[in-house]
Amino acid sequence: MDWVLGHLDDIGSYTVQHAWLAGVPLVLGLLIAVPLGWLSRQYNWLYTPLVVGTGLLYTIPSLALFILMPLLLGTTILDPLNVVVAMTIYTLALLVRTVADALRSVPDSVTASATAMGLRPLRRLFTVELPLAVPVISAGMRVAAVSNVSIVSVAALIGVPQLGSLFTDGFQRDFLDPIVSGLVACVVLALLFDLVIVAATRLLTPWLRTGAPTGRAA
Amino acid sequence: MNAVLTWLTDGAHWQGYDGILQRTWEHVWYSAIALAIAAALAIPLGLWVGHTGRARFLAVNLTGALRAVPSLGLLFASIMVLGSRLDGELATLVPTELVLVVLAVPPILAGAYAGVEQVDAAARDAARGMGMRGSEVLFKVELPCALPLISSGLRSAALQVVATATLAAAVGLGGLGRFLLDGLAVRDYAQMAGGAILVAALALLIDLVASTLQRVVVSPGLTGKTDRRDNALRRLKTTAAS
Amino acid sequence: MIRFDSVTKEYPDGTVAVGGLDLTAPDGKITVLVGPSGCGKTTSLRMVNRMIEPTGGRILVDDKDTAKMDAAELRRGMGYVIQQAGLFPHRTVADNIATVPRLLGWDRRKSRSRSLELLERVGLPGEYADRYPHQLSGGQQQRVGVARALAADPPVMLMDEPFSAVDPVVREQLQDEFLRLQSDLGKTILFVTHDIDEAVKLGDQVAVLRVGGQIAQVADPATLLGDPHDDFVADFVGRDRGYRGLGFRTAPVLEPSPEPTVRLGAGVDEVRRSGDQWLLVADDDNRPLGWVEPSRITAPLVTEDLHRGGTVAVLGGSSRAVLDAALSAPSRRGVLVDDDGRLVGTVTLAEVAAAIEQAVGRGKR
Ligand SMILES: Nc1ncnc2c1ncn2[C@@H]1O[C@H](COP(=O)(O)OP(=O)(O)OP(=O)(O)O)[C@@H](O)[C@H]1O
Ligand SMILES: [Mg+2]
Repeated sequence: MDWVLGHLDDIGSYTVQHAWLAGVPLVLGLLIAVPLGWLSRQYNWLYTPLVVGTGLLYTIPSLALFILMPLLLGTTILDPLNVVVAMTIYTLALLVRTVADALRSVPDSVTASATAMGLRPLRRLFTVELPLAVPVISAGMRVAAVSNVSIVSVAALIGVPQLGSLFTDGFQRDFLDPIVSGLVACVVLALLFDLVIVAATRLLTPWLRTGAPTGRAA
Repeated sequence: MNAVLTWLTDGAHWQGYDGILQRTWEHVWYSAIALAIAAALAIPLGLWVGHTGRARFLAVNLTGALRAVPSLGLLFASIMVLGSRLDGELATLVPTELVLVVLAVPPILAGAYAGVEQVDAAARDAARGMGMRGSEVLFKVELPCALPLISSGLRSAALQVVATATLAAAVGLGGLGRFLLDGLAVRDYAQMAGGAILVAALALLIDLVASTLQRVVVSPGLTGKTDRRDNALRRLKTTAAS
Repeated sequence: MIRFDSVTKEYPDGTVAVGGLDLTAPDGKITVLVGPSGCGKTTSLRMVNRMIEPTGGRILVDDKDTAKMDAAELRRGMGYVIQQAGLFPHRTVADNIATVPRLLGWDRRKSRSRSLELLERVGLPGEYADRYPHQLSGGQQQRVGVARALAADPPVMLMDEPFSAVDPVVREQLQDEFLRLQSDLGKTILFVTHDIDEAVKLGDQVAVLRVGGQIAQVADPATLLGDPHDDFVADFVGRDRGYRGLGFRTAPVLEPSPEPTVRLGAGVDEVRRSGDQWLLVADDDNRPLGWVEPSRITAPLVTEDLHRGGTVAVLGGSSRAVLDAALSAPSRRGVLVDDDGRLVGTVTLAEVAAAIEQAVGRGKR
């Protein structure tokens, strides 16, 4: 406890770093996943290559991805950009499938009536399909957020400072306090991300708050 | 890229106590133990939660909380706490397995309870109405119908465990993570990339085997051709569960 | 025989779904429970196989108190069919049907042959045996549901809106087949529906329930339509009940007049010989095919010339069918046939009306 009080500054700046490294990829990943998911709905033959292809990225161990990034990006090994890109790739691996399936699960009757009212595909996407897909996409985002927060800490092994640095520090000095504070900070951060996503989802789906039936039995 | 190929195709790298074959074997071994333990814990628990509807709130939050625990931190902490009480290789092996089990439990647990929960209420009602007892309903109807979600939970656990088992090397154990960390130490990119490719290939291979197994054990009545929307919905349940 | 003996069900939240139900479902008959939504039909039905436990009263099956029996054993001895069919998606049609036989310990071979036999009984081709439920239409699934309930040949069947999830045409078909099946099997059936038309069509005895699970009237369909006990029943039974009630009166005494007919292929002259009246066309076995209007015929008669609007009633069938035949014929002469479908003669609307009036008047006395 004394250790925590003495190192509040460090913990604070590590947490901010960590939040950036985990959060920015989440947003980037979503921004890329939506068009990819839409394409795979629009062109059926694209579904398998896109969804399976991005899904494969998830099998690459995070440590390996962090190490290999400099080779691909031409950055130095300590550059946080490596982590951001690697985490974006993981986010993408989770979200492309989620977005694609969420869009496909919009009832055909809804899509058809939107089309019949003269909405063009892009407009239909933004006014009808995406809003209806929000709850599902949000569930995917929550999984991605929690997993990002956890994975980013591995970057400490290659020396990028964030909460994971508390783990490596503590382990090298055979000192439990930093490790435990790091664990707690990570869990709290994951929880915060989760809350933000849940709140955003509620804002985006006012029709689900009225207690009206959603038309789909659980 | 050529250097990576050269490293991978050099026969000498495949042999011996620190060769690729040995490391792969270790990697598979660490992963298999963790998956077996996690499955033994999470499947019965998940079936029970799904069947009785009890402790559902607890199960949902437990899976959420476990997911949020960073594996690296947990690994170091458990080595420091447990390691001093164990001898030899166990001092690092047990904490490593603990971390992998913690990683594997949430997707398996979620797959099991979500799998049982999504069983058509009418089918369950009909089963009871025809005179099946509680355990018969569970094993003859709910479990077989839950198999698709249980097995996708297992598959997603396997992917994560195989990828994360690389961390074993960070605490002095073997496995394919050795190539990553040893390579990092001497800036040998070919070795690192080679190791990374091996882990990814192993994960894919295991997933392939699992999907074949899944096809064998899951009734075609549950997977057979259905329309696009049904398939998408089914996968969503899987996503939500894993 | 199923007997409800002042049975009540109060749910934990205080809802009294069924309040003191007394009802007997006689052996070999179809007893229908009908009533508005939420009146406790499903609750009553499910108390019989103890899917729901009553909070008061007793339910006796063949004079044995169900509360004293093992619930699973009790259920294995009763067929149970529900609205959504509830087929097991992971089992083939044959395995679905064999569920209860297998539970009862029959061997695989015997269960399988029983499945195939039942499949035929409910009018599905044998090759459906190895399909999975999702490969069947809703109506076919429902038939499998009925077959599954019949598999162990239980004396009692419980059916909760089994036909209400299919479209009206299929529903009609399923109802007709169900009646045919029942005339062979003679099960003791408790049947729940919210559709009064289905109730009067299928029931030997119909129990109308009001909300709160109380009996408003128990009667055979004709009595229910002809003499509703109170405003609630009258309202529930609905409009047109006079007309629909005719469906349960055997035909009044009628004397059909002979009707001249022509065959397909008849020339223009032959058709126009008897003037410009609507003319009945029959086949070589004297089965009526339809009406033609001679003034429109310019070439030998072909099938396309036939007016298909008229219905045909069986002599000795219900008043409703006869009346309908007279109303629907373009000639306003109702076509009557014998049990083999051969023409007996025709009756005019006025004759039918007079005969019905006489019959109703007779009934009053
Ligand atoms: N588990 C329950 N807990 C509390 N109340 C219930 C429960 N199940 C049913 N009820 C209530 O009991 C009453 C009777 O329900 P029941 O399902 O028997 O109606 P029903 O006649 O079958 O209606 P429907 O035609 O709509 O199927 C309803 O008011 C219903 O809300
Ligand atoms: Mg009901």
